[in-house]
This record gives sequence, C-alpha cells and structure tokens, in this order.
Amino acid sequence: MTGLDVEVHGTAGALAIDVSFRTSGAPLVFAGPNGAGKTRALMMILGASRPARGHVTLDGVPLYDGARAVDLPIEARRIGFLPQRYGLFPHLDVLGNVAFGIAAAPRVERVRLARQALEDVDAGALADRRPAELSGGETQRVALARALAARPRALLLDEPLAALDVSVRRDMRRFLAARLRAWSIPTVVVTHDRADAEALDGDVIVLENGAITQRGRLADLTAHPATPFVRELAG
Amino acid sequence: MTPPFGSHRGAVRFLWPAAVALLSGLLLLLIALPVVGLLFSASPRELLAGLADPLVIPALRLSVFTTTLSLLLILACGTPLAWVIARRTGRGWRILETIVELPVVLPPAVAGVALLLAFGRRGLLGPALGGAGIGIPFTRAAVVFAQTFVAAPFYLQAAVAAFRRLDPDLVLVARTLGASRPRVLGAVAIPLSWSGLAGGAAMSWARALGEFGATLMFAGNMSGRTQTLPLAIYTALESDLHAAQSLSILLVVVAFVLLVAVRAGARR
Repeated sequence: MTGLDVEVHGTAGALAIDVSFRTSGAPLVFAGPNGAGKTRALMMILGASRPARGHVTLDGVPLYDGARAVDLPIEARRIGFLPQRYGLFPHLDVLGNVAFGIAAAPRVERVRLARQALEDVDAGALADRRPAELSGGETQRVALARALAARPRALLLDEPLAALDVSVRRDMRRFLAARLRAWSIPTVVVTHDRADAEALDGDVIVLENGAITQRGRLADLTAHPATPFVRELAG
Repeated sequence: MTPPFGSHRGAVRFLWPAAVALLSGLLLLLIALPVVGLLFSASPRELLAGLADPLVIPALRLSVFTTTLSLLLILACGTPLAWVIARRTGRGWRILETIVELPVVLPPAVAGVALLLAFGRRGLLGPALGGAGIGIPFTRAAVVFAQTFVAAPFYLQAAVAAFRRLDPDLVLVARTLGASRPRVLGAVAIPLSWSGLAGGAAMSWARALGEFGATLMFAGNMSGRTQTLPLAIYTALESDLHAAQSLSILLVVVAFVLLVAVRAGARR
C-alpha cells in the first residue's frame, strides 16, 4: 500500500483538530484560513507534535499509531519538510546544506549526490554560495534540493510560494508543479492561493477551525463551495 | 511675564549637567582610582620582584589547572542542560532555570557553607563519600567544586539565551533530514550559537578564576594544594604587599582582556 495515510485527532490550544486524508502521486493541496490548525496538523504528521489519537502511515509503514503505541521520532519518518522561510542553515554553504541529509558514508559520494541534487533543480551554479546571498527563488530551489537529497518518502511544503516576490512567484509555481509531478512522491502543499491549487492540479482539502469542511477537485469546490472560505478560495 | 515653566527650565538647564557630571564623576572615581592605585603605586622592578615570591608559581599553576577543569566540566554538562532548558516550556523547567541561576546572587560565604553541608564529612553525601574512602573538602576537587558552583550559572544563562534565539524551524528541518538529536545540537545549534556560548564561557571562566570566599571555606588555603590566585593574594597581603599587587595586576589584565574580547564577540 503506497502513499501517505493520515488520521490525526488532537488539540492546538483551545482548538480541536481532526484531520484525515490519504494521498499518493499527485500533490494534495491543504488550504484553510490562518489559525485553522494547518501547521499543527503538519507537526503531527512530521512527529514534532503528538496527536491524542489516530494514525500516520507512510507506504504501509506505521509512523504513528495511537492504538498500538507506535510513535517514530522525526528523524526516522523520512518525511521531507519545507518551512515557510525555507530554513536553510546559515552557517553552511549551499552544498553543505544539501549534503546535510545525505546518509552516504564516503564524503566524495555525499558531495557528488549533493551536486546532482542541485543540478536537478537547476541550481548547480549556487553550490559555493552562502544562504544569505541567495534570492527568494534560489533559496527555494536549494531547500527543495536539500529535502529531496535526503530521499524522503513524502514531502510537506508549508506555503512554499508565499515568501516570494510576485514577479518570481509565477515561474516558481510552474517549476514546483512540474517537479512535484516528476518526483511523484506523496506531497502535501499548504497554500491560500487558488493559482497554486490550479497549477498543482491535485485534490484539495480545506481545514477550518480544526476540522475539514470540504475536499475534492478544485473544479468541484468552485462549483459547489461548502463555506464562505471555500467560495473565496475558489472564486 | 515669564511663564513659570521658563524659569524652572533655566535652572534645570544649568544644574542638570552639573549634577550628572558630579554624580557620575564620583562613581567613576571610585571604580577607577583603585585600579590606578594597583597599577601605579609600585615600580616595575618591585612588581617583578613580587612575582618571585614563593607563593606565586604554585598558586598560578593551581589556578590554571582548576579553572580549566571547572570550565570543561561546565561546558560538558552545562551545554546539554542549557539546550534542554531552552527547548522545554513546562513550569518545572522554569523553576529549574531559576534554581541554577541562584549561585549568581548567593553570597560566597553562603556558597561555602552550602558546599560543606552537601559534600562535607558531616554533610548530606558525607557518609556515602566517606564509606567509599572519598573526602572532598580541603582538596583540589573542592576547589573545582566551588568554582563550578559559582561559575556555572554565568555560562548557563548565556547558553540558554543563545539557544532561545535559534530559529526553531532549523531544528525541525535538521531532524526531518535525518539528524538525531545529538547531531542537531552539535551540527546546528552549537555552531549557530557560537558567539553567545563563547561569551558565556569567558564570563564563567573569569568568575571561576576570581572565586575566593567559597574556596576559602570549602577547600581551605593551603599553598600548592588549594591556594588559588585570589587566596594567594589574600595570604601575600600579610607578608609581601608587592607579591599581592603583582598577582592582582595579573588578574586585572586577564579580566580586562576577557571583557574586551566578550564585548567584541557580542557586537559581531
């Protein structure tokens, strides 16, 4: 059984969170207003926050299972994560960042794989730069290369385009959609932007006040919005 | 007619700078004059002769040895402790944070009594240690204990503050990339908090080097065994003022260099 299978229940402050979905292949678009509990749900999937109950299963491997007391640590889950500001390590150069998650033993092999990962996102020329010297779009490419170089089995992206200037956002959106389709691992993309959902062309789930209020294709959401938020998102 | 505020302002305009100059001048004098006295009240030859006093070399050696050991102990145990304190949010951890800062405000004499009551022959661990044939008080170990007790909080405070400034996203991302928790600390948190940690270590070492009261009470004042530089100064004061003065200047220079280095590091 391939794909990411999630059902988590828990709380974030006073908010009760109930999120369930299953995804494989095409990216899943995870939408919802600020404070709806999206970040907390991501943390539960990553293992940074423990749900009260439920399960997280990746390619048939249980990462968390409340009933069977399974709770793998973050580093054992093989889920790549891109935070909103990308989180490059400022004390390492680009190559060092990308090599950080590569488990291969000999150093030369690590460097070779890191260079290859950079080439894969058309960022080979950036290898010797410092993160502080990169533009927004370059930073995102490097962060993607770094996440992919660690050979994750799933990928979570928290508003990957929100930090970019409008001028580069469109190009990066097209780039991201194409790459995610090519990599074809279970991917969850948090976004508020209809254009992102359109470009990614996957199922959409909408989280409001901790609960999923609607799920389906973007076209269905546009045709039959269940809540004012969905109408605004799809409109 | 002059408005009432105007006349006040005139008086204040004249008096305020004078008052500031007088008050700050007094304090500056009180701080600077002893240092000046220390540096200039003896000729260089007298100071060099003072360094030949038999107390000097053993005390210098002991101070270098014990403060190095104390600092290593503080770094090795304090870094993980500071990391845990900085990452946890529970009330128990806040209480713990307050407890480990306590030695900063504790009078040294109290620290000496407290150490004796914990590790002394009739202290809490006394019977257990005695049974194992270990006596801590009035040994070199006691010197290290006293220094660690008073100096550790300076490093802990700085390290906790530095770790709290770290972007939590970086820690999370490192772990999603497969890094274990020790690797996150060693490869991400420590390198990124380097200047804060180094500053804390310098302050901590300076405090250990200057430790006097707790050492005197808990470790004693035996030349070659437990007599560190500050204790040697205290002892020399009775016999050879120039030896006391030379050692004091040495400590002032070390402290001043450290202070400048820490401030330069903090500005970066």
